[in-house]
Amino acid sequence: MKLTLISYGIAKEILPAHKHEIDLPVHTIDELKSSLFKSYPALEKLQSISFAVNEEYREDSFSLSENDEVVIIPPVAGG
Amino acid sequence: MIDIKILSEPLNVELCTAKVQDDGAGGIVVFVGTVRNHTKGKTVRCLEFEAYESMAVSEMQKIAKTIEEKWNTYHVCMHHRVGSLGIQDIAVIIAVSCAHRKAAFEACQYAIDTLKQTVPIWKKEIFEDGEEWVSAHP
Repeated sequence: MKLTLISYGIAKEILPAHKHEIDLPVHTIDELKSSLFKSYPALEKLQSISFAVNEEYREDSFSLSENDEVVIIPPVAGG
Repeated sequence: MIDIKILSEPLNVELCTAKVQDDGAGGIVVFVGTVRNHTKGKTVRCLEFEAYESMAVSEMQKIAKTIEEKWNTYHVCMHHRVGSLGIQDIAVIIAVSCAHRKAAFEACQYAIDTLKQTVPIWKKEIFEDGEEWVSAHP
């Protein structure tokens, strides 16, 4: 499945770029997460990691669609 | 009225306070979050904030709507700064007005506590001898 990954904060420093395209055999957030943890072990060492699609946090079971923009959200620290 | 903004210019406490004024309000609570010069015994030189802006605004809207329903706020103003901030610069202002002070205090506290948990904004602390993304690691 073709996806665009967008990352912020520390995740942006772990992944190759703020925004990049991938093509992986994944269908859910959970599968994407496992795949990313294999490629970028530093992601798994974070305090937490969340994913957003269409500006909403998504559960691990969320089904991805072709060409989705998936935003990787490392631990937030506003305020 | 709900006023939510992510800004790269300095924030203005008087402006945010004025935005939530209402003839029916008996109390306005304003939280001002500032950059402090130390963390865990280390000297902080500055902070760099970044936001996933569209989602940050939408998450802040959710918080404002929740406090509107739960504490009957008249008005809510939440402004968050992004970019590079020096010591004592203002990172966030949350102003709320309610008929009574208790509700205003509670609503404002809920808003800042929830913002810190859910709104996709990140900050990196720049020390004299290095840098670190806040809360990134256990």
